[in-house]
Amino acid sequence: MIEQLLFWVFAVLACGGAIAVVATQNVVRMAFWLVVSLGSVAALFFLLQADFLGAAQLLIYVGGTVVLLVFGVMLTASGPYTQIRTSPAEVIVGAAVGMLLLFVLVSSIGKVDWDEIADRLPATPAAPVNVDAAQWQKAGDQPAGSSASQVALGVQEQQGRTVRQLGLSFLGLRPDRNLVEGGAHGLAPGYLLPFEIISIHLLVVLIGAAYLARAKRRVVSEESPELS
Amino acid sequence: MNGSFAAITLQEFLAGLVNSVVSVDAQTLMVIAFLLAAFVHAGLLLGLFAGLPVFYIWLERKVAGRIQDRLGPTRVGGSFGWLQTIADGIKLIQKEDLIPAEADSLIFRMSPYLATIASFAAFMVLPIADGWVAVSAECGAFLILALMSLEVLGIILAGYSSGSKWALFGAMREAAQMVSYEIPMAICALIPLLIAGSLNFQVIGRMQSGGIWNWFIFHDPFVFLAFFCYFTVATASVKRAPFDLAEAESELVAGFHTEYSGFRWSIFFLAEYSSMFAVSAVAALLFLGGWHDGLMIDGMVDRLRGMGVGFLWIDGFSVGTYLANLFGAAVLITKACVLVFVQIWVRWTLPRLRIDQVMTTCLKYLVPISCFLFLMAVLWPLLLASTMKRTVPFGQALGEKTVQRVVVPSVSVASQVKEVTR
Repeated sequence: MIEQLLFWVFAVLACGGAIAVVATQNVVRMAFWLVVSLGSVAALFFLLQADFLGAAQLLIYVGGTVVLLVFGVMLTASGPYTQIRTSPAEVIVGAAVGMLLLFVLVSSIGKVDWDEIADRLPATPAAPVNVDAAQWQKAGDQPAGSSASQVALGVQEQQGRTVRQLGLSFLGLRPDRNLVEGGAHGLAPGYLLPFEIISIHLLVVLIGAAYLARAKRRVVSEESPELS
Repeated sequence: MNGSFAAITLQEFLAGLVNSVVSVDAQTLMVIAFLLAAFVHAGLLLGLFAGLPVFYIWLERKVAGRIQDRLGPTRVGGSFGWLQTIADGIKLIQKEDLIPAEADSLIFRMSPYLATIASFAAFMVLPIADGWVAVSAECGAFLILALMSLEVLGIILAGYSSGSKWALFGAMREAAQMVSYEIPMAICALIPLLIAGSLNFQVIGRMQSGGIWNWFIFHDPFVFLAFFCYFTVATASVKRAPFDLAEAESELVAGFHTEYSGFRWSIFFLAEYSSMFAVSAVAALLFLGGWHDGLMIDGMVDRLRGMGVGFLWIDGFSVGTYLANLFGAAVLITKACVLVFVQIWVRWTLPRLRIDQVMTTCLKYLVPISCFLFLMAVLWPLLLASTMKRTVPFGQALGEKTVQRVVVPSVSVASQVKEVTR
């Protein structure tokens, strides 16, 4: 019940903030409303017990992207408060694109058979029950859903504890899949390769940005030593 | 979330209490108990959040006075001026709340709250003792870094919306500084997290139990250096001198808070001093043994855990555990206060850096140093394993130690006043 209430509060804040971003014309107010909207989305992640995702949302979007946005506005603004005036044509094009995206999202969400998805969820998430590796191993080896009380315990302790599973997935292991499928303990593929590819991409982008933004030194020639 | 720590949570206790007074159905009862428990938890955290800055501001003035061969406050509240901060607070609340005509009034009024809420939210995931934490998140260390990085947003928006050139300059410097200093801070914090193999502060704290040699700072030479790197960066990240470019009162009047007055001005300071405590407590948890004193006294105190169960007829409440946690909280807060004292000491000793020097310090020195330390901390166990056939030079490996520790605590550990009630 409390979760329901909090969900509605944060859902309204997220949607209202997003609408306010579009409706305001002052860039820095837009950034403020963006903070409200993105922070509410992070709160929704926390309500879904996805602590890591919520923290990443806060760190990357609220703490990183919005700060960079405001910083960029402050550096480039010519007047005291930068205004963005949209022409009617832009409003129409923007609204059309937004409505199309909304249509795609709504129709694809509507096609999902939620009951079937709920049936396919594992009864006991193969959760790292305790903090150390040895006990985690012990808990993981138990057959899934052996008794009702164990299921309840597993679900309760699963809450918010997604970090180890995420970390293992990025190392190329999927303990949740392997254990749920039972029988053969084959290794389900994790996300090691995509993770590495993204890391290399980011490194390339960083080096490229540093190259573009470097201070352009004037080459001091022998003929004109007075130029320093 | 509370299964292994507490026999009952505060919510369950309050539910029983409410049920004995009025009879309501089960669902309403849990909602009432949840709200009551949430108020108690928030109140306790708010006490810490607001109480520590009062002490630190007094300490700052006193230490500054002594360093400059003065006495500092002496009159208000006895010969040491204990009540000086309270008197100042009362004076500040009475002041007029000015909003400049040039200012963007919505953001100008909201940004002090943004900074303060971000600083307060960091206290939610900060464990004060073994089990005394408002939200025991599995990724607590990551979450606290994320929350502390939000405080800068309030400061930037405050500077920008003031409609003043001084404030804008302060905010721009702050933004440039914070965006850069977050990188070495995260890398330095990663080094002890790598050793612990966990982002959970409870686990990290327990791994450092026992003697002082079990603290992560003495785990290997690179963690030792990483602590000083982290502390330098943390000082910069809470914009303390010599990195207080955002305020720079000798050149920018008062920097980002030039246009603020009264209550809004004072909660900026509340946020700043609370953040000083937060980064110092994180340093104490990650490097300096957390709530363990390192002198084996807590080994004796830990034996109290689980004693005196059912005290005051409260089912599941253990006096011994409460006292042991109280001791742990005192140890952690003392360590954090010592680190805050060092920050104050540095402020009144070193001159302020220029903005280009601040950026050079970060990008040309601290980032490479922290990357090198991180790399070496990764390679150190491999080096030991290949030469000495073990991953630590002496003593038990961390993994072996935690297995013992997890078995020991009894289940009847209750009285977790700040245990989460999700």
